[in-house]
Amino acid sequence: MSDLSITGAGATADPNAREAPPASQVRGYWGNVWQRLRYDYATLFFLALIILIVASAVFAPLIAPFDPNKASMAHRLKPLFFRDNILGTDEQGRDILSRILYGGRTSLLMGIAPVVVATIVGGLFGVVAGYAGGKVNTIIMRGMDVFFAFPSVLLAVAISGSLGGGMINQLITLTVVLTPPLCRVAETATSQIRSMDFVDAARASGASTTSILFNHVLVNAISPVLVYASTLVSASILLASGLSFLGLGVSPPTPDWGLMLSTLRQALYVQPIVCAMPGVAILITSIAFNLVSDGLRQAMDVKA
Amino acid sequence: MDMSARPLVEVRDLQVNFVSREANVAAVNGVSFDLMPSEVLCIIGESGSGKSVTMRSILRLHPPRRTVIRGHIRVGDYDILSLSERAMNEVRGAVVSMVFQEPMTALDPVYRIGDQIAETVMRHEGCSHADAMARALELMELVKVPSPERRLRAFPHELSGGLRQRAMMAVALSCRPTLLLADEPTTALDATVQIQVLIMLRKLQRDFGMGVIFVTHDLGVAAQIADKVAVMYAGRIIEYGSVADVLMRPAHPYTLGLLSSTVHGQSRETEIEAIPGSPPDLRHLPPGCSFAPRCKFAIPACSASFPPLVAVGPNHAASCLRVDVVRQDSMALAS
Repeated sequence: MSDLSITGAGATADPNAREAPPASQVRGYWGNVWQRLRYDYATLFFLALIILIVASAVFAPLIAPFDPNKASMAHRLKPLFFRDNILGTDEQGRDILSRILYGGRTSLLMGIAPVVVATIVGGLFGVVAGYAGGKVNTIIMRGMDVFFAFPSVLLAVAISGSLGGGMINQLITLTVVLTPPLCRVAETATSQIRSMDFVDAARASGASTTSILFNHVLVNAISPVLVYASTLVSASILLASGLSFLGLGVSPPTPDWGLMLSTLRQALYVQPIVCAMPGVAILITSIAFNLVSDGLRQAMDVKA
Repeated sequence: MDMSARPLVEVRDLQVNFVSREANVAAVNGVSFDLMPSEVLCIIGESGSGKSVTMRSILRLHPPRRTVIRGHIRVGDYDILSLSERAMNEVRGAVVSMVFQEPMTALDPVYRIGDQIAETVMRHEGCSHADAMARALELMELVKVPSPERRLRAFPHELSGGLRQRAMMAVALSCRPTLLLADEPTTALDATVQIQVLIMLRKLQRDFGMGVIFVTHDLGVAAQIADKVAVMYAGRIIEYGSVADVLMRPAHPYTLGLLSSTVHGQSRETEIEAIPGSPPDLRHLPPGCSFAPRCKFAIPACSASFPPLVAVGPNHAASCLRVDVVRQDSMALAS
């Protein structure tokens, strides 16, 4: 190991001259992100809110006061705080709060799952396109541009319409819609990183293309992609709600925020506040995701 | 030095063209030189003279699709231009390694310094991560980074420019290369740090017996570190020789112009002589001497064809038709 024969006397440092390790440890990249996030109280608040929303959706069977699908003809469209129905009841007399809690499951799934899949697929295509350049880049990016040509809602409606309703088809639709923008962000980040000296330096020290791609390019491209992906969660929830509202999403009686809004809108003049409740849930959730992704963007800003 | 020994590096008639749809840039046009083992060659030239391109060709770092390289490069027993990409990866970092100009961007911001050094060690020697880290620590001591254990765990942005450049050198030296390429490694550093790094580089070069090709546009740096100097202009070596010969008794008007345009203790009132005009467009090189349009010694024959290298002394050559006149002038400058 120690075949680095050092002939110069001064080269081996005097052990006494070596400083003791400092009290403050050098933090890793994620450590630095956390340090910056720690004092960003707004982001932390909304992060807690997201955790609360996710937890309440996951534990809906435990905390929901009623069965979300149990109708009651006697108690249709009751106002807020009607007996135990804190948020009132819908047009079939089902408890709104319970339906919102259960509906959170579909809505959050629609918000997160397509973004995760689109991040992996789009990110991979983007990194390959950005690193390879030339013809490969042209083929991938022009292919993505075909999807970009349509407004996202229109594209979602078109795909959803041709695939038909149902949860799986809705997930596929959202994934297809979200992939091109993520691909473009990954491509931009990669083509910037590709021209950095450290990529040349890695090549100059004998790294293979795959090793450069995974160890240097991907790792550096990941934070802008992740930040952008987090902004898409709320967009995805909104889009999913829109599709459900139009009847292109999950089928009733599955509770879903968009679907609830759609069916309740006929009762808008009877119980305006109750009818708005699923919308409030969508609003709060998407605002929370938006603000958290804003905070993440600031915290993950790599100082090179 | 034993002149009968085989040179470590042999470059013969190297031509590098960057081809794109719009233009064909002739960046290097027939460069030939030798480098003996444990010798330092400085390539001097202004931006766009092809000095970095020449050096990167030795490691084949140019994008293959847009670059046409002709000629012959030999490093040790490797015929660089005919190696497969896989074989080339064995050479890169182990036999030939490189130090870059910008220590800011040449280290990957998401990895700790130690891991970046260990990465290269592990790749070429196949040792464990722990062994590689031990080697990394040794290397950090070798390049005289203070409190090296702590710096191994630091990220590049937590180090100063000088320390980063030292870390970069630790990466480059990690597998004991026989040839080190240095692309203006001190240009981005403070003047005081520059000297420290140069002295260290020179010492490591002697200790390791490495051949070094050092690219710079700073004549002072070249004087500090070089054994041999090659002056490049428009993709050609126009003067070559020992550092004393070239910098004290230049034989090419361009070298003479470079020397008289540097600041070296003249009185304040003296005008610094600048070379008039600007470097030629590498997309459309004139047939004759590329420096002729800016040269005060130029005669009509200069524009006819490119002047061959003529010996002006032992191990000193310049490609100029008017060597004798120029030398008289440079003697005047020296005295």
